[in-house]
Amino acid sequence: MADDLVNVQIDGTWHQFPKGTRMIEACRQAGVEVPHYCYHPKLSSPGNCRMCLVEMGMPPRPKPGEELARDEDGRLPIQWMPRPVIACANTVSENLGIRTESALTKSCREGVMELLLINHPLDCPICDQAGECRLQEFSVEHGTGGSRFREDKVKKPKNVDIGPRVRLDDERCIMCSRCIRFTAEVADDPVLGFTERGSHTTLAVHPGRRLENNYSLNTVDICPVGALTSTDFRFQMRVWFLKETESICTGCGRGCNTEVSSREGSILRQTPRENNEVNSTWMCDQGRLDFHYVNSEARLTQPLLKGSEGHRAVSWEIAVKTLADKLAGFESSKIAIIASARLTNEDLYLVRRLAQQLGVKELDVIARFGEDDGYLVAADRNPNSRGAVLVLGLDSDPGSRISGIRRDIESGKIAALLAIGEDLTSPEGGFSPALLSQLEFLGQIHHTANATADAAVVVLPGATSFEKSGSMVNVTGRLQRLAPVVPLPGEAREDWLILRDLLQALDGGNGAGSSDEVFTLLAHEVSAFEGRTLASISPLGEVLIETGETVPLLEREKGRIAKGEIVG
Amino acid sequence: MSLSVPADIEKEIDERITHYPVSRRSAVLPVLHILQRHFRFLSEDAVSWTAAKLGLEPIQVLEVVTFYPGFRQEAPGKVHIRVCRTLSCAMAGSYELLDNLCQAVGIDASHMGHHHPFAVSEDGRFSIEFVECLASCGSAPVCLVEDELHERVSPETAPDLLARYS
Amino acid sequence: MSNVTYISGKEPHSREHRLIFRNIDRKGYDPGLKCYLKDGGYEQLKKAVTMEPKAITDEVKAAGLRGRGGAGFPTGLKWTFIPPTNTKPVYLICNADESEPGTFKDRYIMHQDPHQLLEGMAIACYAVGAKLAYIYVREEFPHAARILEEAIAEAKKAGFLGKGICGSTFDLELYVHRGAGAYICGEETGLIESLEGKRPYPRIKPPFFPAVLGLYMSPTIVNNVESLCHVKHILAMGGAEYAKLGTPNNTGTRILCVSGDVQKPGYFEVQVGKVTLGEVIQDFCGGLKPGRKLQAVIPGGSSAKVLRADERFKLKRGDEMVEIGLEDIPMDFDSLAACGSMAGSGGVIIIDDSRKISWVLNNINSFYAHESCGQCTPCREGSLWMKKISDRIVAGKASPDDVATLESVANNIEGKTICAFGEACSWPTQSFIRKFRAELVADTREELAGVPVNHETTLAAANLKN
Repeated sequence: MADDLVNVQIDGTWHQFPKGTRMIEACRQAGVEVPHYCYHPKLSSPGNCRMCLVEMGMPPRPKPGEELARDEDGRLPIQWMPRPVIACANTVSENLGIRTESALTKSCREGVMELLLINHPLDCPICDQAGECRLQEFSVEHGTGGSRFREDKVKKPKNVDIGPRVRLDDERCIMCSRCIRFTAEVADDPVLGFTERGSHTTLAVHPGRRLENNYSLNTVDICPVGALTSTDFRFQMRVWFLKETESICTGCGRGCNTEVSSREGSILRQTPRENNEVNSTWMCDQGRLDFHYVNSEARLTQPLLKGSEGHRAVSWEIAVKTLADKLAGFESSKIAIIASARLTNEDLYLVRRLAQQLGVKELDVIARFGEDDGYLVAADRNPNSRGAVLVLGLDSDPGSRISGIRRDIESGKIAALLAIGEDLTSPEGGFSPALLSQLEFLGQIHHTANATADAAVVVLPGATSFEKSGSMVNVTGRLQRLAPVVPLPGEAREDWLILRDLLQALDGGNGAGSSDEVFTLLAHEVSAFEGRTLASISPLGEVLIETGETVPLLEREKGRIAKGEIVG
Repeated sequence: MSLSVPADIEKEIDERITHYPVSRRSAVLPVLHILQRHFRFLSEDAVSWTAAKLGLEPIQVLEVVTFYPGFRQEAPGKVHIRVCRTLSCAMAGSYELLDNLCQAVGIDASHMGHHHPFAVSEDGRFSIEFVECLASCGSAPVCLVEDELHERVSPETAPDLLARYS
Repeated sequence: MSNVTYISGKEPHSREHRLIFRNIDRKGYDPGLKCYLKDGGYEQLKKAVTMEPKAITDEVKAAGLRGRGGAGFPTGLKWTFIPPTNTKPVYLICNADESEPGTFKDRYIMHQDPHQLLEGMAIACYAVGAKLAYIYVREEFPHAARILEEAIAEAKKAGFLGKGICGSTFDLELYVHRGAGAYICGEETGLIESLEGKRPYPRIKPPFFPAVLGLYMSPTIVNNVESLCHVKHILAMGGAEYAKLGTPNNTGTRILCVSGDVQKPGYFEVQVGKVTLGEVIQDFCGGLKPGRKLQAVIPGGSSAKVLRADERFKLKRGDEMVEIGLEDIPMDFDSLAACGSMAGSGGVIIIDDSRKISWVLNNINSFYAHESCGQCTPCREGSLWMKKISDRIVAGKASPDDVATLESVANNIEGKTICAFGEACSWPTQSFIRKFRAELVADTREELAGVPVNHETTLAAANLKN
């Protein structure tokens, strides 16, 4: 509504913003970056770093009876104030002026930069933050280049063990308090605080207490300097060598948006990517660190065929043909397929086609549940249960047919089983190796060696979620994209490709040439996906189905936005 | 590792907490004052005890304890002396007063610093701290011996002052 | 009044006007309620609870009372900042964290005349609609806290506090809250955070103006001890009558605290603006010590900008500008501001020619470096830096460049911090350098420019004692 818009002059140009917009956000929207350290849109604004000081002006207060002259555009003159103001906590109002390039603003930034650096160790060569450090960046842009500081620096604790996943270097800390506010305001675990005072102020945990909640690594993300670093990523790689890929976390049904950093085929870290419909700017530690298995020694790298002397590597052609022939040799009613809700929609679509081709009725996925943590971790620990229901056309809850399949194997009703993307002997699977040995035929598609693969006649090496493209539907019904981050090891292939080849071996027809094409086929067949393409899914995903489900953490943030406590 | 707080002290603390009907957290300072009066300083256990009493994280109490020079994290002497360091007292000789007091009880003042704001005499009878303005500039130099303010304590009279507490 | 006599040697100077300090060092006066009542105590509260709260605020506004804590902000106006649509509880806090170096008035009131403060507070609470109030007493005043608590208990028992005060429907609970040794708790939002049990980090304004979002995010009025005492006298005299005391826009009386290099330092209650700085030094304090000459005066607590003895000031008298010397400065808010300093908290520190200016500045810088709360960058880093540079100047280990650096560090703090501590810690440096540059540079050595510093050695060599 026009009534709620105010006219604001930023560096000489007039813009309109909703009344109440923080000055720093108004500048950002106008394409003007105001440097800052302590301000974070998802946290309260203490205004302590003073880096965002800007020159501000307002119309002068008219003398009684005086009418201020307006210019041809109807704007009042701006009287610039001698004192700078912080852009982070002040809001815009009608006819407000902001100068981010003036001599006053520049001198403020130079002054704050110099003061932030005088007691900083300047140990950039060995600091993990180097390359993505705000002190470095703003020092280049807004610093003076020299140092006039001739005194001894304040000494503080270094390499402090404050928790299992986070390290603290107090000398690097600039006391912006972002981490303290995060632990108190978002994670509800206020274990961090400042001790001492003045120049001796020190970030600390209480002796005997640890920063060990499942969201602790978010403090590393929001630390603008190298004070808090990740134990996992520490000293692994200079950040400028990292390649960033946008993807999603598959640790649970939330589907937190991520940025995965890799170098020469290895994943080195995973960080949250802002999505205000999914995970805000946060993610849990468990999901974040759940990528090391990608480099595991146990990865399957070749198709395997079981003979009298155990498994031996065979060519893809032989392996796929063997699998197709074996399955085709059974009556439809004797075959079951257990897929995974960790597979992409594209993988699952081809599973559906496979079941159709074979006439298989016993088709399900393994369900996986845990506690909803009230923040981001969803009770559904599968990333794509909703996709599985939609794509496979399951008529009951995912996993509800599994116990029946187990009984049917026991009774001999089912003689052949294909397990895709699941180790059936896992606790969630609930199949014993003994039960699996009762099958006449067991096939497995998976990325990592496991007991199901041990028992399988044909084992086809698949892809982890960091090696495939495709889509998933999270617990709230949002369709999101997964991107390949690293190449597949050895001869392993993306699951959709394996399934396509298997289908071709069975029916001899032409298959899709890419996961995009698979998605298009899926969109033709499954109404919820109608009219969509894989490529057109926004990097932030899109609502596929209305579920009415909310994210507890996001709801709390909305409440705080409404109260003006945070920008959001 | 826990603090043994006598019943009467805890009763006093509980009464104090009622002075803050809106927020128990407000009682942090009074609870710490009572504990320090009783135990003479605030140990890690005292911090944890206070946190548990008020439903806070221990760090929230430690943040407060370490901020205020009025709270001690190490045991002082039997008699704790605070000498005012700030301008009017300094002009009236408080640096010499500090020196004379330290000398009289055998304290090496050079050991006092940011992390050890006071020093204790070897016999444990006295501890001495150089503190900022005690708001008695008109009768400088001044010092607080425990709760007693002593005004116009000229440096030469340091031994007399100590004698009153011996 | 004629029956009021004082302890020998503590008699008021003939030019004093005792209102707030009427009972300080008075013969036979004790802090008990009985004594207070004998002297007309709580009569104003009895009257107040029969009045419209707004009428009391109007009297305080008419009186022109300006806060005695340091900023000199109009007290009545402050009270009106509570939003008229407010539905939250309102709190009142008495700021008894007296800690501006050079200031020593509030302790006397709390020690010797506590009921005067309680009556002033009760009237103020009634005016602003507060039912819960705290007196934030600095930790270094243990007796004051005890005396106030006894007085509160007495007053409550007698029906001047608690439920149904003086037979009215006005309820007020009042408690003493002790600080723990932090100058920053004198800053009202720092004080509020401290009272909430947190580190006393001052809040950003906007949005946290105490009268809107104060204690527990409710409207809160924070007033100085002396200011609140004045409320009682304003009600007794009527605002218009009170306003006749002092000078226009600088009404009433205030207590000057004089310390440093004078013969007889002490407190003096005077009509604001009715005495000059020269009269304070010569008449009230018996002049300088034998053979000494005046070098400088810090007129309103250590954060006030220093005045140089031979400085000339331009002041408006009526319609014309006059040039005056330091001794002719009237001791009021506006005159001291016009002279480039401030009346502040009323702490006047006299510095004679025996003092080395670098030493005085260093002593002040040490205070502010110690008291910086450390929340915001400029003050946290700058206050200690300033101390370290001035340490070296005193120690003779600085170059003239260091004086320039010192000045620019102060400039990088002033006006850029969350609270007024930024000004408090930078004004001394700025003003000392501006007015005593030659004296400071004289303590430096040209050949030390750019030479690395070992601070510990420097300090060991320094004679910070003067």
